[in-house]
Amino acid sequence: MLGAKSLGNAVTVVIAGELDHFAAPQIRRRLDELLEDQTVTHLVLDLENLTFMDSSGIGMLLGRLRALQSRGGSLSVKHMQPPVEKLFRLSGLDRVIGVEDDIRGGRL
Amino acid sequence: MQNQMELTFSALPQNEAFARVAIAAFAVQLNPTLPEMADIKTAVSEAVTNAIVHGYRGREDGLVRMSAEYGDRRLLTVVIRDEGCGIADVEKAMQPFYSTGDGAERSGMGFCVMQTFMDAVEVDSAVDRGTTVTMRKYITGEVGLHRERMLDEIG
Ligand SMILES: Nc1ncnc2c1ncn2[C@@H]1O[C@H](COP(=O)(O)OP(=O)(O)OP(=O)(O)O)[C@@H](O)[C@H]1O
Ligand SMILES: [Mg+2]
Repeated sequence: MLGAKSLGNAVTVVIAGELDHFAAPQIRRRLDELLEDQTVTHLVLDLENLTFMDSSGIGMLLGRLRALQSRGGSLSVKHMQPPVEKLFRLSGLDRVIGVEDDIRGGRL
Repeated sequence: MQNQMELTFSALPQNEAFARVAIAAFAVQLNPTLPEMADIKTAVSEAVTNAIVHGYRGREDGLVRMSAEYGDRRLLTVVIRDEGCGIADVEKAMQPFYSTGDGAERSGMGFCVMQTFMDAVEVDSAVDRGTTVTMRKYITGEVGLHRERMLDEIG
C-alpha cells in the first residue's frame, strides 16, 4: 500500500487505496516510522492511486504536518484525484499542505 | 417508483468501507455522475465513522443501521442510526472544527463534509439513547435528467 523513496532530506511516499478511519492507523504508523529519522524534513505524498479519503484522513495528515513543521519541515501532496482534491479544498488542507502539481483526470 | 433498503451491521471500523460500497450499489440505480457518487460515499463514511467512533466509542457490540430510499423525484435519502451515547449539544457538535476526539487526530470536519456534499443534513440525538443522521441529495445524473427535475420542481 505504501512505498517510500528518498532524495536528500525529502521522502516521497505513495499512499494508495482508501484513507478512512479503518486505514488511517496503519498509514499513520508507517509515516511516523519514516519521521523517526530526524533528518527527514520534507514529506511528499503521492496520492495518484488514493481513490477515497474522508475526514479521518484530514486529521491524520494534520498530525503529520504538525510533526514536520515542528522540525522546520513541510508536507506536500501530488497527483491528487478529484474527490480527494475536493475534500482538501473544503477543509482548507490545500492552504497548509503544499500541492505540488495539478489534479489529473479532469473535472470534479 | 419508490425503492428502499435497510442494513444493520456491527460497529466495526472495517464496516466503514462496507457501508460505502453498499450505498454506492444502491445509489447507482439513480445513475449519478461520478462526483455525485463520490459525495454520497464520503458523506455516508462520515456518518458511519461517527457512529462507530463517537456513538459507540469503540464498543464493538454496537449496531449501526443504514437505510436509504428514493422515488421518482430522484431525491436520495440516507439515514444512519446508532444507539450509542448521543450528542448533548447538536448545534455545537456540527460546528466546523468542533471535536471531542483526541485533538491531534480528529479534525472536527465530519459534519461539515456531510453538509457540503449532501443537499440537506438533519441530526436527531438524545444523550444515552443514540443519534440519527438523515441526509438528502438530489441526484441530477446526466444533464437531461437535471432539466427534467427542474421542470418537475416548477410544477
Ligand atoms: N453518532 C455520534 N454519537 C455521538 N457523538 C457524535 C456522533 N457524531 C458526532 N458526534 C460528536 O460530534 C462531534 C463532531 O463530529 P464531526 O464528525 O464533525 O467531527 P469529528 O468526528 O470529531 O472529527 P472528524 O470527523 O473530522 O474526524 C464529534 O467529535 C462528537 O463529539
Ligand atoms: Mg467525524
